[in-house]
Formats: sequence, structure tokens, C-alpha cells
Amino acid sequence: MELYELTVHELSDLIKEKKVSAVEITKSYLDRIEKIDSKVGSYLSVLGEDAVKKAMEVQEKIDKGEAKSPLSGIPVAIKDNICTEGIKTTCASKMLHNFVPPYNATIVKKLLDDNVVIIGKLNMDEFAMGGSTENSYFKPTKNPWDLERVPGGSSGGSATAVAANLTAFSLGSDTGGSIRQPASFCGVVGMKPTYGAVSRFGLVAFASSLDQIGPLTKDVTDCAIVLNCITGHDPMDSTSANVEYPDYTKALVNDVKGLRIGIPKEYMGEGINPEVRDAVLNAVEVLKKLGAQCEEFSLPLTEYAIPAYYLISSAEASSNLARYDGIKYGYRAEKYTDLLDLYKQTRSEGFGTEVKRRIMLGTYALSSGYYDAYYKKALQVRTLIKKGFDEAFEKYDIILGPTAPTTAYKLGEKVNNPLEMYLGDIYTVSVNIAGLPGLVVPCGFDSKGLPIGLQLIGKPFDESTLIQVGYTFEQNTDFNKRARIGGGL
Amino acid sequence: MEYEVVIGLEVHAELSTKSKIYCSCTTEFGGEPNTHACPICTGMPGVLPVLNKKVVEYAVRAGLATNCRIAEYSKQDRKNYFYPDLPKAFQTSQYDLPLCSNGYIDIEVDGKTKRIGITRIHIEEDAGKLMHDEWDTASLIDYNRCGVPLIEIVTEPDMRSAQEVRVFLENLKAILQYIDVSDCKMQEGSLRADINLSVRPVGQKELGTRTEMKNLNSFKAIVRAVEGEAKRQIEVLESGGTVIQETRRWDDAKGVSYAMRSKEEAHDYRYFPEPDLMPIVVDEKWKQEIKDSLPELPEARKKRYINEYGLPEYDASILTASKALADFFEDAVKNTDNAKAVSNWIMGDLLRMLKEKEMEAEQIPFPGAYLAKLVTLIDKGTISGTIAKKVFEKMFSQGKDPEAIVKEEGLEVVSDESALVAVVKKVIENNPQSVADYKGGKEKAFGFLVGQAMKETKGKANPQLINKILKEELEK
Repeated sequence: MELYELTVHELSDLIKEKKVSAVEITKSYLDRIEKIDSKVGSYLSVLGEDAVKKAMEVQEKIDKGEAKSPLSGIPVAIKDNICTEGIKTTCASKMLHNFVPPYNATIVKKLLDDNVVIIGKLNMDEFAMGGSTENSYFKPTKNPWDLERVPGGSSGGSATAVAANLTAFSLGSDTGGSIRQPASFCGVVGMKPTYGAVSRFGLVAFASSLDQIGPLTKDVTDCAIVLNCITGHDPMDSTSANVEYPDYTKALVNDVKGLRIGIPKEYMGEGINPEVRDAVLNAVEVLKKLGAQCEEFSLPLTEYAIPAYYLISSAEASSNLARYDGIKYGYRAEKYTDLLDLYKQTRSEGFGTEVKRRIMLGTYALSSGYYDAYYKKALQVRTLIKKGFDEAFEKYDIILGPTAPTTAYKLGEKVNNPLEMYLGDIYTVSVNIAGLPGLVVPCGFDSKGLPIGLQLIGKPFDESTLIQVGYTFEQNTDFNKRARIGGGL
Repeated sequence: MEYEVVIGLEVHAELSTKSKIYCSCTTEFGGEPNTHACPICTGMPGVLPVLNKKVVEYAVRAGLATNCRIAEYSKQDRKNYFYPDLPKAFQTSQYDLPLCSNGYIDIEVDGKTKRIGITRIHIEEDAGKLMHDEWDTASLIDYNRCGVPLIEIVTEPDMRSAQEVRVFLENLKAILQYIDVSDCKMQEGSLRADINLSVRPVGQKELGTRTEMKNLNSFKAIVRAVEGEAKRQIEVLESGGTVIQETRRWDDAKGVSYAMRSKEEAHDYRYFPEPDLMPIVVDEKWKQEIKDSLPELPEARKKRYINEYGLPEYDASILTASKALADFFEDAVKNTDNAKAVSNWIMGDLLRMLKEKEMEAEQIPFPGAYLAKLVTLIDKGTISGTIAKKVFEKMFSQGKDPEAIVKEEGLEVVSDESALVAVVKKVIENNPQSVADYKGGKEKAFGFLVGQAMKETKGKANPQLINKILKEELEK
């Protein structure tokens, strides 16, 4: 067994038992990246020497007993829309191709306080807009299970890096499914925490009211360990929740007896690939056998979630991305005639097609005369969707369903059909709209051998129950084990 | 035809909080460019705003002091537009739920009280400053002012003349200074006004088409701009034209305004709720705390001066128009019972000197207690009124204690009778003609002789004593 194949908790145990050093672990991953990443394309930047140096420093601290976190000495890779001081943070955009933040995101600070070793920054859809990581300005990322297929997105680099054992764990961001859908496509564990549970300070904003940072890990135990580090109130983020955050590892309990699980029938009907559906139904059977009470119910506004999501997220994006104007940092057009032309040329050249599409959509939705019909209407739908979930959670402890209608599709298959791409978000966007936590764990493979992810949706700030159900499912099935083969690479 | 001018104002006042509205940078004016700026106020990727609670408190103070309703629940919105001085490309402001609304200020013009409605007061952030002159081919940006907190005060179209506008602004400025939320220094841009103005034939109910004039930063410019724009609109109407709704720029040096952009060219700001900030909640308890902390406002102070010190209304309103002047007055009357004399000194010599030297009340070079000492010196007969004027001038130029000036320069009134007898004798000797005139029944000559004696003592003689001795000597 190679070090890079191990989970965070396995590596952490080895470090504690002094069987391996942080340096060995880091080097193991760096070697693997060197060998494999040219095929997958997870990374936008790799911190070779710097990471090794950092690992040596951390190991010294470990030896002195100053670094005792389960994350101490563990390599992490971070989605390239999360600011890392002194390390390029590009959002996979030409616009920020040369941007080096002079500050760390709060979660990066938290990770560094726990003595993790940052080994690189990960590819993504430009500004997190997309579901296939094909919208990166630099390169597409490929699904390690089939290099002709997409890894999902926008956190495609974060999912593939974990799936292909190119990092011990990673961080992604999820605005409408950007952690969960690639986790599903790549056969890893991905969690979008409750809105407000993880600080957004330093996460380059796409849609402020929906964005949330979360972990992608090799198993549910790792997910709980990383959540313990990154959750918590941050005075630098006004939307961060000042509540008690539990020890999530306490929820690693193999038991779902009596748990009430609801399955929205709108998630299992038209549009879902039968193999995905079967895998989800099989998961329901497993949980039933373990003592959970599962039943179908109706989440009636599901069909409005996508239009509401694309209006709200694009409206916020149109404003959030307005600051990329060529004046202060990042890309500036070489040729322009005056100020207005400087803006036009810079933004025309600096943003990719999908980003421009969303900026235009959002600008339109907020324009005077259209605001009430689009943006305001979308906010009303948002309120109703939230209400639908509130009612569901009076009856159920968690909601269960598929993550995406299909497994990973071929590169280029949907690039020219944005609407079809958007429909792939049908099961994930509601969770962001309602601000709920969502956990994805592997629950099967299709006939092509591609992974399928099960989505568990929880009450606000009840990540613990999701972890308990995910952990129980993982312990009682072999899907996680079968998914842990580095994508076969 | 006779026209009525209708004016409403949008006043921006910079709040004097120590730190900016969404970050911890200082709000201090005049630092080296871009030294009072951080990733947050320069809108770097990924940063988030955190509302400075003091900004809310200050805005609520302003709202309470102008009789506004304070919203228990309000929110902040983004106003989107591109300009290099606005690094986020949106200004965080308040759109449909402002912090304060429905207030008023009562002003007095030509002895009549008039109520000017305050539509709303909301909080927002200031932008940076562009500098076009430093380099030939490029403009430079100073972000120091980015994120300095502002309140925007919007009035009802209740003003009818430049005079009313000026008085309203003076009152508003005094209130904001009294409650200590803004220093209102127009020359530093911490108080700026936009003027919305229209004209209509007297008697007509509907408002005429209005124009907006931007960023006027002196009372004089505002008065001239109001007069100039009213005249322009009337001329347009008189010549059969129509006023176009547009934004205009007032060129105070030339005394004319220019069209900047028409309604059609106006920005669509695409306001929407700022998703990075939580709603602002001002509960009853907090509101009451702020209310309790409000100091005495100009109107109340004026009434108190009339009742407590027996000052004429005119004097009381001049003294209270500026907080600094009123504070100076109070400092003085704490140290003497003769409030009327203190008021006279301020209304007369002090204001004249300030005007001559082009100074503000904040810059009076000595404390009010010194003025009280001066008044006491006169009341006790230690110095004469003539000498007092000289002492006052020295106090103003040197900032010195009047007692010290009197002592150092030996200005005390001479009340030593034997010394004064000698002086009087000398005057009688030197002015035989006047003595003869007096004895011949010309009362005027007596005054002349007193004057000569005072002159002889360089004004330091006790005049009552001189009178008495002179009478005695002449009757001998």
C-alpha cells in the first residue's frame, strides 16, 4: 500500500505512531502528482519545494508535541477560488491569471493553524460557473475513471485530486452543487455544509447567498475530521453563523435505527438515468435493512429550483464580478481607446463564454423594469422552496436522493448546450437555495463502471446526522472500498 | 408671469467614526495616497464587509436629532456602476428600507418658522478619489476615502428660495456638529449637497420638471447655484422652451451650470439587497440608549439662552448656530455672572475678528474662561473699557490670559488719588482756554479736560476719580 492511497485518519495514525513523517507523506503525493496529473489535470499550481519545506517544519512541530491535530502533517489541495497568501489564486480565469492574494481565506488560516501542508491549487470551472470543469481558462480536468469523461464541476480539480490520490483531501466550493456533483462523478465523499457554517472570507465570491466551502475526502470519517477544522463563526464574515459547532467525529456511529428518511419523488422521476435511480433505490433498501424508516414524499417546487437558482446566482454574480474591470489587478486589455473601452475590452477578453453568459443573465434580471418579474420572483420561489424543506423536516430527519441525473458524461458532450448542462443541477441547487447541508457518498457504479453518488440532505446545522447516515452506509456496503482505487490510475 | 422655485436637497455628510464602514482602516483625512486602504476597502477578490456598528449608531443619532422615525429593521443594498474610484464596482448603500425616515427640521426665515421635511436618512460608503493632473497620460487613484461612512439626508421639496436652502443647511450642519456625528467641513468635502430644483407658475399645483445639480461644497456656491438655476429655468420657460430632466454641473467660478447627462442617459443602478451583510436591527432598547445619549440640540439651547441668560433671540440664535461658538459661550458664562457682557463681546469684537482673519469658531485662540476674566476685570473696575479692547486684541493675537496681559503691561486703572491730582493739575495748567470756557459756562469743555487727563494717563486712570478730582480742582 502506498502512502497516497491512505485516508487522512489512516495517515494521521501513522504520523502519531511515528511510523511515517509529514515529509514522506508530502513527497509521496508530490511524486504521484508528477506521474499522474498530466493525465488528469487536477492542479493549476503545485507547491513542490515549498510544500516539502513546510512538511519539514510541521514534522518538527509534531516531534516537539506542538502539532496534535488529526490534520497535522496531512497534505491538502485547495480549489483555486480560495485565497492563499502568496500563492496564485486564479479562479481558473484569464481575468485573474496572475493574481496573488496578500491574505489567506479564513479556512486556509484554520487549516494552517492545524498544521496541514498545502501542496497545490486545483482546477475548476471559471469563477465556479459550470458543471464539468471544461470552463477553465487553462485546461479541462479529466475524470480519472475514464479520461474521456468530465469530472463534474465546478470543483472538478478538487474531486479528481481526491479520487486519483493526488491529495489526502481537498477543499471545494459549492454554489449549486459544485462539490456534490463532482464528488458523485468521481466516487469521493463531498460535503456542502449549512450556509453560514464555514466562513466565506477569502472565497472569491460567485453568488454570495449560495456559496459555501466544503471538504472532499476519501471517506466519511475524513469528512468529519475536516469539518471539525473548518466550521465555526468568523467575525470577518457577517453571514457566518454564531452557533455551537459540535465535534463531528462524535457522529461517526454505525446506526440508523429509527431514523426517518424522506425520498422526494420529484428526484426519482422523469429525467433520471435508470442506473442512477437503481443505485439510489438500492441504498434505500440498505438503510431500511439497517432499521431506517424510508418513504417517498413530494417536494412540489423542485421544477422551479433551477430557474430560481440561475436568476439569483447570476444576479449576484453580475455584481460580484463587476470588480474585475482591469483597473486594479488581474488582466487588462492591451488596446483600448478610453475608460469605457478599457472596461469593454478587458471584460470581453478576460472572461470566458459561460461567465459572460451569466453576467448578462444576471444584469438583465436586475435591470429596472425586469427586477420584479425575475429577481424578485426568484426570491419568492426561494422562500417557498425553503418552506417546503422546513415542512419536510418536520416529518423526516434527513432527505435522500440522487446527486445528479447521470454519471459522468463525455468531454465536449454538453459544452454547446448550456441549458442541458444547467438541468444537471436539478437535485443539488435546492439545497443551496434553502441553505441546507448536503453530503454525497459513493453508492454504486453504472454499467460503464462510473461511480454514482448518493445525496443526503440535512436540517440546517445538522451535519452530524448526515455524517452518521453516511458513515453507517459506508460501513455496511463496499462502495467506498470499490471507489478507492485511484480511478484505476 | 411670477414663478415659484421648488427645491429639495440631497446632503451627504461624512461620519466622524474612527474607522471605515466595512473595515478597520482609519477615516482620517489627508493621509498619503493609499495608506488608509486595505484589501477590504479596495475590493480585492474574496474579501467581505463587516458593518461598523458605530455607523448605525451615528446615523440613528442624526435621525433622532431630525425627528425621524427609526426603522427597527432595515437593510443594505448594492448600487451597481462602473467607475475607477469605486473598486468593487458597486456602492453599498440603502435602497428601499433606509435606517431613518419621515423627519423634519424647523427653520426660521424672516422671523417665520418653516418646517422642512426629511424624507429619509440612509448610510452608505464613500468612493475614492481620482487624480488627473499628476501624470500626463494616466490618472491615479487614491483609495483612502473608499469606505469612509456617509449618511445621505434627503429632504422633501419644501424649500422655496436660496435663503431657505442656506438656513436649512446651516441648521442641519449645526445639528450634525452638536450631536458629534460629522465635522461638516465643506472644504474637505465632509459635507456636500446636491440640489433638486424646479420652477412653476405661482398657484400651480403640479411640480415643474426638475434638474439635479451635483456636489456643491460651499454655502456660497449653493446659494449662487440655486439662484442661477432658478433664473435659467425661468428663462427657458419664458422663451417658450421646456426644462429637461437632467443632471447639471454648477461651475461656481463662471456662475453657470452645464448639462452632464439627461434622464435617458441616467444609470440603471440595478439595486439589490447586499447578500454579504445581514439586515440592520435597531431594537427599542438600543434606540432609547442612543436617544438618551443625545446632547442638547441647537433649538433647545437657543431657548435656554433666552430664558436663562435673558439674551435677545437674535443673539441667542447667532451664539447657538455653531456648536463651537455656543460651547465657547458656555465656557465663559461658567466663570462670570455677566452673561450679557460675554454675549456682547462675542457678538461684537470676537465675531468681527474671526471674520477679519477668516477663521472658524473652532479656531478661537483662547478659552471662554479668558473672556470671562476680561469681563470680570472690567466689572471690577480693574481696567477701563478702552483698555479692555486693547487687551482683547492681545488675547486674540497671542492667546494669553487677560490678567497676565494687564499685569505685564501695567494696564490697571490708576486709582491713586494723589497721583491723579498731579495729572489733573497739569492738565488745568496746560489748557487755560478750556478752563476759562468751562468757568464761562461751557459744559463741553469739562469733557475735553477729562479726555486730556485720560490721555495723560494713557487711559489707565479711573474715569470716575478723574471727574471728581477735576471738579474739585476747578472749583478751588
